[in-house]
Amino acid sequence: MIITLPWLKEHLKTKANENEIIEKLTNIGLEVEGIKENVGELDKFKIAKIIKAEKHPNADKLKVCEVSIGGKETFKVVCGAPNARDGLITIYAPPGAVIPKTKFELKIAKIRGVESLGMLCSESELNLSNDSEGIIELNNKEKEIGKSYFKSKTEKTIDISITPNRPDCLGIRGIARDLSSTGIGKLIPFKKKNLKQTFKHYIKTSITKDKHQGCLTFGSCYIKNIINKESPDWLKSKLLALGLKPISAVVDITNYVMFDLNRPLHAYDADRIDKEIIIRDSKDGEEFEALDNKKYKLKKGMCVIADKSSVLGLGGIIGGTKTSTEFETKNILLESAYFLPSSIRRTSRELSIETDAKYRFERGIDPNSVIKGLEIATDLILKICGGQASKFTITGKNFQKNKIIKFELESFESLIGIPISISEAQKILNQLGFNCKKNKKNLLVEIPSWRPDIVQSVDLIEELIRIKGFKNIKLISPERKRENETLNFKQKLFHLSQRSLASKGYLETVTWSFTDSKIDKQFSKEENEIKIINPISSDLDVLRRSIFSNLAIHLKKNQDRGYEDVSLFETGPVFFGKNPGEQQIVVGALKSGKVGRKSWIEKERNIDVFDIKGDAVKTLIELGISDQDLFISDITKHCYHPGRSGSITYKSEKGPHLAYFGEIHPAIIKKLDFKEPNIYGLEIFLKNIPEQNKKIRQTKKSFQPSDFQKSQRDFAFVIDKIFKIGLLEKIIKEIDSSIIQDVTTFDVYEGENIPKGKKSVAINVSLQAKNKTLNEKDLDQISKKIIDIVKDKTGATIRS
Amino acid sequence: MSDLDKINSIFNAKIDSVKTKEDLQNIKTEFFGKNGEITKQFKTLSSLDPDKRKEFASYLNKIKDDLTNQINQKDFEISNVEINEKLKNEKVDVTLPIRPYQQGKIHPVSQVIDEISSIFSEIGFSVAEGPDVETEYNNFTALNTPEDHPARDMHDTFYLEKNKKLLLRTHTSPVQIRTMLNGKPPFKIIVPGRTYRCDSDQTHAPMFHQLEGLHIDKNITMGHLKGCLDYFIKEFFEVKNVKMRFRPSHFPFTEPSAEVDIGYRIENEKIVIGEGDKWLEILGCGMVHPNVLKNAKVDPKKYQGFAFGMGIDRLAMLKYGINDLRAFFETDFRWLSHFGFDPLDVPTNYRGLSK
Repeated sequence: MIITLPWLKEHLKTKANENEIIEKLTNIGLEVEGIKENVGELDKFKIAKIIKAEKHPNADKLKVCEVSIGGKETFKVVCGAPNARDGLITIYAPPGAVIPKTKFELKIAKIRGVESLGMLCSESELNLSNDSEGIIELNNKEKEIGKSYFKSKTEKTIDISITPNRPDCLGIRGIARDLSSTGIGKLIPFKKKNLKQTFKHYIKTSITKDKHQGCLTFGSCYIKNIINKESPDWLKSKLLALGLKPISAVVDITNYVMFDLNRPLHAYDADRIDKEIIIRDSKDGEEFEALDNKKYKLKKGMCVIADKSSVLGLGGIIGGTKTSTEFETKNILLESAYFLPSSIRRTSRELSIETDAKYRFERGIDPNSVIKGLEIATDLILKICGGQASKFTITGKNFQKNKIIKFELESFESLIGIPISISEAQKILNQLGFNCKKNKKNLLVEIPSWRPDIVQSVDLIEELIRIKGFKNIKLISPERKRENETLNFKQKLFHLSQRSLASKGYLETVTWSFTDSKIDKQFSKEENEIKIINPISSDLDVLRRSIFSNLAIHLKKNQDRGYEDVSLFETGPVFFGKNPGEQQIVVGALKSGKVGRKSWIEKERNIDVFDIKGDAVKTLIELGISDQDLFISDITKHCYHPGRSGSITYKSEKGPHLAYFGEIHPAIIKKLDFKEPNIYGLEIFLKNIPEQNKKIRQTKKSFQPSDFQKSQRDFAFVIDKIFKIGLLEKIIKEIDSSIIQDVTTFDVYEGENIPKGKKSVAINVSLQAKNKTLNEKDLDQISKKIIDIVKDKTGATIRS
Repeated sequence: MSDLDKINSIFNAKIDSVKTKEDLQNIKTEFFGKNGEITKQFKTLSSLDPDKRKEFASYLNKIKDDLTNQINQKDFEISNVEINEKLKNEKVDVTLPIRPYQQGKIHPVSQVIDEISSIFSEIGFSVAEGPDVETEYNNFTALNTPEDHPARDMHDTFYLEKNKKLLLRTHTSPVQIRTMLNGKPPFKIIVPGRTYRCDSDQTHAPMFHQLEGLHIDKNITMGHLKGCLDYFIKEFFEVKNVKMRFRPSHFPFTEPSAEVDIGYRIENEKIVIGEGDKWLEILGCGMVHPNVLKNAKVDPKKYQGFAFGMGIDRLAMLKYGINDLRAFFETDFRWLSHFGFDPLDVPTNYRGLSK
C-alpha cells in the first residue's frame, strides 16, 4: 500500500514530521518497506516548445528538433514521432530523467550519427494513457513552458507492507486511524455531504437467492446527464503518486475512493445496461469480456453482475467492456457493494485475475461502508462531471450489526507478562474505533465493522500491545534446566553420520529434496515416480527416490569444472511414496577418481570397491555397530556394478539392511557422461541401525589380557574360486575363539600352479591362550584342527 | 710403580688411540681376555698372603672397574660416531609434500543446526522433526490458515496432488501440530528442517531451512519469549549485547505476532551484529493462537506459550559472511571446501560454539 503524506494528512491532524510518522508506522505493525521520491524525479519532465523540427540527415522517419524550455539555451533532440513539428508544445525529458513506463534512465546518445539530448514524450511513455502514436500535444500551455509537467513534485511516497489481517489499512483513512491511536495526531471526522438526490432510481436491482451467492449487499446510485472528462490535476496527481494511471473522471473517482477509504466501487454506463441489474451465480460456460480486454469462460457458481442479456462484471473483481464508462458516457450507475471474501477468492483463483478491488474484497471490506462510498463518490462526480443523482438503492442486507467481545483485562497480563490499566486499554481501543463499556473489571468491546480480523479476546490483546509497544514488555531470562534429552537416538545418528563421513575426506553437501526424473530413474525404478504438480522447472520435477540422483548431478558438474577426485556425501531424506512419512533418512556418498594422483611418493591407483567398503564399514562402526555384527554379502541393486558391490546387513544375511556399497553401474556412468568414469558410492540406512537398549558401559566385558606369548601361523589354502573369503575367515575364527585371536587374509592368488577354478588364499592366524604359552605341540595340534575343519567345511586343501 | 699401576698406565696409553670397535675388542682381549693382564693379576690373588691379599684385591678391583668403565665409555663414543656417520647419509627433504589426502567438511547448514541445538539444549529444548511431505491440513488449516485465507498466498506452495491436499511443507510449523497431537503438555521443542516454496531467484531458493521453536506450558508469557530470543541471539552470534526490536506483524498461527529485528552496522565491508543504527529482520514469533492449540487438542484455557520461526540458511549467512543463498545448494567443491567446517569442530557449550 502506497501513501503520500499530504493525502494522509487529509485524514490525520498532526504536527509530526515525516520521520516520526514513519517510525510510528513501523512500530505499530504497518511496516514501512520503502520511501520513494519518484514524484520528485518526475519533476524533470518539462513543458517545452519545438522551435524547429528538421528531417534527420541519415533517417527518413526521424526528425531533429530544436527544443526550448524557456531560457536562451535550446536542446537538440532526435524524435521519431510523426506529429513533431515547429511550434508544438509538448513534454521534454532531459538526460537523467527516468521514463515512467520503461523505468529506463535517459542518457545522451547518438541516434544515427546525431547527438540527442534527451527525448520528447508520448502519453504512454509517461503512463498517462496507452496512446503511443505520437508525442503529447499540449494546447494553451505556452505560458507554462519551462515548468514541470507533473505538479505534485514534492510528494514522497511511502510504501507500507500491510499484513493480510488488516484490510482496513488498505485505505489511507485506515492508516490515519491507526496512527491516531499512538497519540501522534487526531483522526479528522468526515465532513457532512449535502447531496442533492432528486429522483428515484431507474434501474431495478436484485440479488438472486443462489446457492453460492457471494453478494450480500448491492448499493447503487443512478447519475444522469454527466459530462465525463479528464480528471482535474489534483485528482490526477494523487493517482499518479500511487502509480495509477488516470483514465477519466468517473473511473478516477472510483479508484480514489477505493484508496482513500478502502471502499471499492464500480461505475457502469447505464445506457448499455439491458433493463435491470441481476446479481446471480454464473452458469457453466458463460462468457464475458473484462476490462483487461480478456475473454473469460466462467464456471458455475461465480458471483456475477448481469443484466437481462449478459454478464456485465465479476462482482468485486473486475468490470466488463460492455458497460464500461467512456468519455462519451452520459448516464452512469454507480455500484457500492459487499462481496464475501471466500467467493471473491474462489473466483479470482479459478480465473487467475488480480485486481485492486479483488485484493481488498478477499481480505474483507467494511460491509457498512456501502452508503459512505456512494455518498463520497457521488458528491465528487457531481462536482467534477455535473449531472443529477438519484436516491440510493440498497438491495440485500442493509446493515451488519457489530460484534461485541467481553474482554477480561487480566487476560492481557497473563499472556503478555505486564499489566495494562482499564483506562489505558479503553483509550487505545477508542482511538482505534472500538466502542468500550466498562463492566466491573472487564470491558465490553464493540468491534467496528471494518475490523474483520478481530474475533476474540486475544485479538484485542494484540491491538493493545501493538499500540502500547512491545518494548515495554519485561524480558524474563530463560531457566538453564534440561529435563529431556536434546536429541533422540535417530537424531544422534544423523549428526554422527555427518561427522563420520566428513572425517573420512568427504565434503558434505545439501541438495534439493527434488530432482530430475530422468536421473532419478537411473538410480531408482522406472515406475512409481513422485511427481510435483507445479515444479519450479522441468528438471526438478520429482521427489528424489535415491540419495544418488542429486549427488551424481553435482559430481558431474564438479568433474566438468576440472575436479576429478571428489568425495561428496549428503545425509537427507529420500522418498518412497507421496504420503507424509513415506520417507527415510539416507546417508549417501559418491567418490570419484584416483588415490595418489600426481604424487611423488604414492603410486597412483584408481579408487576401488575396498575403499568404499572401508568407508561404509568404518562409518557403521562409528555409528555404534560392532565389527562382528556387520554381515557382508554380495547382494546388490541395479544401480551398482553387479560384480563390484555388496551389502551390509546386521548380524546375518537376513538382518536389517544397513548399507549398500560399490561401483556405480557403468551403464549409468555412460548415460550421464561422466568425464572421470571411476565412481563408487555408498548408502547407509539410518532407520535400520538398531538402538542398543543398554549403554556401552553396561555391556562392555571386563579387560582380561593374556600374559602369555602370542604365536602366529600362516596357512595357504587352495579353495574353489567362488568360495567367499569372508566366510572362510569366519569358519576359522569360530574353530576355537578362546585361542584364535585374529584371522587375516594377506594374499589371494589365481593362475600358474593353481588348478583351474581354484584360488590360493594365504591366511595369517594369531594364536594366544589365556592360561599358558602355547608350545610347538599345542600349535601343531590347533593348526591341524584348522586344516581339517576348513577341509571338511569348504573342501579346501592346504597348498604344499 | 706396582704391576697394577704399570698395567693401568699401559691401558691409558692404548685406550686413547682406539678408533674402532675392532681396536676396542683387541684391548678388551689384551686386558680382560683369558690371558689378559687383569685376568692374570686375579689369578695371582690366591698365592698372596692373606693380609696382603685383601689390600691387593681391593686395589685390583678398583683398577678393573676403572678400566671397564673406560672401555664402556669408549664403546659408547665409537657407537655415536658410527651412528652419526650413518645418519649423515640418511637426510631427506622434509619440505616435500605429504601423501595426498582429502579434507572432508561439514556443510554450514549442518554446522549451524548443531550450534542452534547446542544453544537451545542449555535451556531445555528438545529437537523434534516431521515429514517433508505434509497434508494441507497440518501445513495450513490446523495452523489457523483456512482455505480462503489470503495468508496462503504468501506461501508459494509445491503440491503433490492436483486437489492440493498433499504438499511440500512451506514452513516447519506443522511439526508444532504433530508434536502437540502426539504428546501431552508441556512442550518445549525446536524443529530444524527443510522447507519448500516454489520461488527461485538470487535471494530465494525453492528449498531452504527453517528453525521452529515452541514452548507451551502454564503461564508462559511474551516476557519469556523475549528472554528466550534475547538469549538465543546473543549466544548464536557470540556477542555480549544485542539491540533487538519487536515489531508487530501478523502470522495466522500466533496472536499477538511480531517480527524481530536486530541492530547491525557495516565495518570494513563486514556485518557486525548487535549494535549499530541499522535494523535487520531476523525472525517471526508470537504467542501461539488459541485456535492452533484447540486444533492440536491442547486446552487454551490451561496452556499457553510462544512459537518462533527463523531461516537457518540466513543465520549461517549472517554469522559466517556468506553472500549467496543459492550457493548453499550448488555443491561446488570449492565452495564446500571454503565455507565448510572441520568435522572435529563439534559445537559444544564448554569448548565454544565456533573457533
